[in-house]
Amino acid sequence: MIEIVNLHASVDGQPILKGINLRIDAGEVHAIMGPNGSGKSTLSNVIAGREDYEITQGDILFQGESILERAPEERAHLGLFLSFQYPVEIPGVTVSNFIKTALNESKKARGEEPLDASTMLKKMREKMDLLEMDKGFLSRSLNEGFSGGEKKRNEIFQMAMLEPKLAILDETDSGLDIDALRIVANGVNALRSPENSFMIITHYQRLLDHIIPDHVHVLFQGKIVKSGDKNLALELEERGYDWIKKEQA
Amino acid sequence: MWRKLFAVSEQDQILNEVTSSEYKYGFFTEIESDKIPPGLNEDIVRLISAKKNEPEWMTKWRLDAYRVWVAMAEPEWANVHYKKPDFQSISYYSAPVKRQINSLDELDPELLKTFEKLGISLNEQKRLSGVAMDIVVDSVSVATTFKKTLAEKGIIFCSMSEAIQEHPELIKKYLGTVVPQTDNFYAALNSAVFTDGSFCYIPKGVRCPMELSTYFRINESGTGQFERTLVVADAGSFVSYLEGCTAPQRDENQLHAAVVELVAMDDAEIKYSTVQNWFPGDAEGKGGVFNFVTKRGICERNAKISWTQVETGSAVTWKYPSCILKGDNSVGEFYSVAVTNHYQQADTGTKMIHLGKNTKSTIVSKGISAGHSHNSYRGLVRMGPRAANARNFSQCDSLLMGDRCGAHTFPYIEVKHPTARMEHEATTSKIGEDQIFYCQQRGLGMEEAIALIVNGYCKDVLNQLPMEFAVEAQKLLAISLEGSVG
Repeated sequence: MIEIVNLHASVDGQPILKGINLRIDAGEVHAIMGPNGSGKSTLSNVIAGREDYEITQGDILFQGESILERAPEERAHLGLFLSFQYPVEIPGVTVSNFIKTALNESKKARGEEPLDASTMLKKMREKMDLLEMDKGFLSRSLNEGFSGGEKKRNEIFQMAMLEPKLAILDETDSGLDIDALRIVANGVNALRSPENSFMIITHYQRLLDHIIPDHVHVLFQGKIVKSGDKNLALELEERGYDWIKKEQA
Repeated sequence: MWRKLFAVSEQDQILNEVTSSEYKYGFFTEIESDKIPPGLNEDIVRLISAKKNEPEWMTKWRLDAYRVWVAMAEPEWANVHYKKPDFQSISYYSAPVKRQINSLDELDPELLKTFEKLGISLNEQKRLSGVAMDIVVDSVSVATTFKKTLAEKGIIFCSMSEAIQEHPELIKKYLGTVVPQTDNFYAALNSAVFTDGSFCYIPKGVRCPMELSTYFRINESGTGQFERTLVVADAGSFVSYLEGCTAPQRDENQLHAAVVELVAMDDAEIKYSTVQNWFPGDAEGKGGVFNFVTKRGICERNAKISWTQVETGSAVTWKYPSCILKGDNSVGEFYSVAVTNHYQQADTGTKMIHLGKNTKSTIVSKGISAGHSHNSYRGLVRMGPRAANARNFSQCDSLLMGDRCGAHTFPYIEVKHPTARMEHEATTSKIGEDQIFYCQQRGLGMEEAIALIVNGYCKDVLNQLPMEFAVEAQKLLAISLEGSVG
């Protein structure tokens, strides 16, 4: 699905990613863990195509093709989704209008017919039920006045609507209470299939109790320093990151 | 680190795209027209009046206005800078030669083409939208539709010239009562030389069954357009009035100085909506319309006047649609979106004059500045000594695109009654890189993202517009702000 090859990226001349190698195949769930400042959010932003980062070396292949020259919206059209750590507010734009626009723009780019209003609404209702969301949600301004949990749930709702091939969840668990965490995890699990993949960025083990990863990687100082299965996450939860830092010192 | 603003090169690129958008209505129609030589003096005023076969009292009214105007100085307090028009080089009257139209088929085919280019095919309008339109092209109204349907309800909707001939008693009674000839420099000029405009009277208790609409368009080169609009809603009546404006693209500046007067009697309601896209000048700031307009309404007891405007055009705009809340319990509203791009300058806002008890007013102003433009909100809320329990809510938001434009807010507040209350909220924001990236990540292109964010920002105002106008306004916002759209 995605292959990251020796990726180096910097901001304002300051290197953040220093040679990332990662391959996620279709149907797999990978967790990326690591202490603050290790480059986790940078990695997700670089994959999504944010302009602030300079790629100094390496490549990102999405379904076998380099996407480094692609605009963020083109990457989205290819089936890449990023659930933001801090979703932005867009006053006056309703959730339903935003999702409708987003979904139809992607369809247009792929040469597909836009969804008619009733099909769209039906699909929205279906996904909202899955995420146990209130119907009134659709007519609210996007993320405006949303609680932390509502914002994250809205991200997963959009993911469910857009049905991406690869979804990157950037600290989706932060700010969620136990119930919201379970609902979000259920939403993600319902979307898991042999055709699509997930990259889950998190500090904590608790989300991984609900979404069982196939692989766990530890990112430290811009590099993946350790990889393993779900047990690695448990070990990190128990021992913290200090032993990794010491190993690297 | 992801909060860093755009790299300089990208910002330039976006600005370039935004500022390279061309005026979509810049065409000129060859129509034979009857135009008098440039210049202004008492003889010209008499000539205009004579050309229009006006009665003696009207000629005198104009001359009174002219004499006041001659003694006045052009105002300079607005936050706009421009080369003052040479009032002696303007031709004050230009009428298409063919007139006396009984049906649309008799219209000058060139004119019909103009309407088509504007996207307001009359036939279409007639058939689909149920909008009656009084069209002003270069000062003379050439076609009024739906007159018959309206007449059955006793509604009068006609050109101002016709009203002066056919309904002198109403004109004598109301003309100049809300905006007197002496009101200000441009209102005095308009009173002296206005060539046409629209008149509308809704009888007692009648709810006007359709939106009344006027399209203004400046066609002749070197002419000023001075329309005069008067809407009288008698007790308990309701009318929704739409005004749309375009002008062809020219190098020289064209002057537009209109006066709009609204009279809402007891329990009456007038909703007045404007979508204005006069030629704003090109990307270098050359040409464009000077739009110096006086709009004011008076509310009697329990009456309501609501102004909604979407202003995307004109090189220089000077405009403050206002409400005089004379009657107790009367309500005034002002909803405005003003977009400036390139080198446009806008100084616009409203005045809410609370005289009666329990009067209420709401002001929602959304300014959007791009390119090198300057956008000012100027608003006055005055609560007089008898305005017990008067209420005002004002919200003035500014949105900046790029770093070469300016947004300014000048609120004036005068409260003379201890129980009066007012709230004022103001915000200034920039379209954030975060917002754009978020939209892009969900599959929207840069321009779709900007259009979506801007439309969301203006939603409170766009929601006030009648449906077909709201759609047009959204398109205009897109055209005004996005380089490659359309």
